[in-house]
Amino acid sequence: MTPPPLLAITALTRTFGALSALAGVSLSVTPRTRHAIIGPNGAGKTTLFNVITGQLAPSSGRIVFDGLPVTGLPPHTVARRGISRSFQRTNLFPKLSVLENLRLAAGADGRGSWSVFGRVDRLRAPLERAAETADAVGLEARLAMPAGALSYGEQRQLEVGVALATRPKLLLLDEPTAGMSPEETQRMTRMLEGLPREVTLLIIEHDMDVVGSLAERVTVLHYGEVLTEGTFDHVKQDPRVYEVYLGSA
Amino acid sequence: MIARGVVIAALIVGVAVFPAFAGKYPVKLLQEILIWGIFAMSLDLLMGYAGMVSLGHSAFFGVGGYVAALALLKSPGVVSGLLLPAAAAALAALVIGFFSIRVSGVYFIMLTLAFSQMFYAVTFQVAWLGAEDGIVGVPRLAALGLDTAQPLQFHFSLVALVAVGALVLWRIVRSPFGHVLRGIHENEPRMEALGYAVNRYKLLAFVIAGTVAGVAGSLYTQLVGSITPDAFLWTTSGEALLMVIIGGTSTLAGSMLGAAAFILLQSLVSSYTERWMLILGLTFILLVLFAPGGVVGALRGRVGIRS
Repeated sequence: MTPPPLLAITALTRTFGALSALAGVSLSVTPRTRHAIIGPNGAGKTTLFNVITGQLAPSSGRIVFDGLPVTGLPPHTVARRGISRSFQRTNLFPKLSVLENLRLAAGADGRGSWSVFGRVDRLRAPLERAAETADAVGLEARLAMPAGALSYGEQRQLEVGVALATRPKLLLLDEPTAGMSPEETQRMTRMLEGLPREVTLLIIEHDMDVVGSLAERVTVLHYGEVLTEGTFDHVKQDPRVYEVYLGSA
Repeated sequence: MIARGVVIAALIVGVAVFPAFAGKYPVKLLQEILIWGIFAMSLDLLMGYAGMVSLGHSAFFGVGGYVAALALLKSPGVVSGLLLPAAAAALAALVIGFFSIRVSGVYFIMLTLAFSQMFYAVTFQVAWLGAEDGIVGVPRLAALGLDTAQPLQFHFSLVALVAVGALVLWRIVRSPFGHVLRGIHENEPRMEALGYAVNRYKLLAFVIAGTVAGVAGSLYTQLVGSITPDAFLWTTSGEALLMVIIGGTSTLAGSMLGAAAFILLQSLVSSYTERWMLILGLTFILLVLFAPGGVVGALRGRVGIRS
């Protein structure tokens, strides 16, 4: 018996003028799986993330998360429902310390964040979670450093950390290894493999080694449509997948 | 930490006993500095911490001033001199903020400016608000055994109120809420993506800043005994903006220093020449060029003062 999907997307479209960035995407993400979305540039992967998380409104279609519709809700409401995301272009609080970046994320569930006269260092739970997350993403030695002063690879680790610190049910990672050196990519892959299993992962990734070692399920997007879906080995052997990648190269 | 507390306590005592050593005019200057200082600090909460540059902060200064004037003429109690002006300014900030926070950057500046100019236009026209002459002969607060018509009592209660206001703002910027504001300033879309209902936090910041500005407006009316539509003029907002920048944004204490620098310079230079605005403008240009962090920024670089 398969469990009900954590995320169920039905016939999702999004157009920009005459361009169909998403032309009817349907996709199910099973709880506790690590699901990758691959596809050539312009396939609509990031647009899909933007529509799921409410940064963009869909043109049509339905998104159900954890049994409840989230279609067209504003980003902060979607985030509160338990969907968190990282960004392809690093999107942090550069002047704030690593700990403060993570603490802001950990405090986003609202408890304590409205305290006008309280003290930040008394927010035990968010601070603990921030420290735990720093461990999980390998930044425990950088807590006091401003995010803007980290190396590029470390900023990418923090990018994932900030998304993770909200303790989401579903974590969307938009090319976590974008622009990384091979060593940094390896470190990131190991880090992602070490993430707790109860966090369901939906990840956009170009690096096929990362996809192969991480993803239990792979969806291939092409021109805003689902080309095929299956295990990595299954998808790898599909001649159409080769075609779209070579065709776009 | 303790050393800083001692310095601040000494400063407050020094400001409080200033009338014992100085004449009427310096004391009035000091009182103006205190009132404009707390007004500028409230603007710094918006500008420096939440990243919302407003050119309409005079709206709340004016509302506080007018409500205090009307109420104090009826009865000189705490409600008239403090609570009503604060509540009215808070309400005005809630309404103006509700519309203004939906936009940001230049549009936010224009919208807040437009709202404050609307108040100017209305007070300029309405007869029972004194039209262009404003309201004159406003008595000072007299309640709780205080009679602030007496200069010393007024001075002490002013110092105490400004100290409390500054302490409140200081606690706020260090609170979890204050840190959320900094996050919004740094990266608003990411805060939203994390789950913060950004607009609600911005609205609360706007209301808090407006409330403090309203109290400053009430104090100013009581200091000079009158209020005119000019309080609403964009120059009132502009001067507070200059004070914040001169002192150094997102420092709070800088706003008070900026107010002091602005008012002292104004009174000093205007006693020598009519063209004090020119001198002030030049000073401002030089300051922005050579000390972009304001007075506090420059001091930090030299003496190693930390926030």
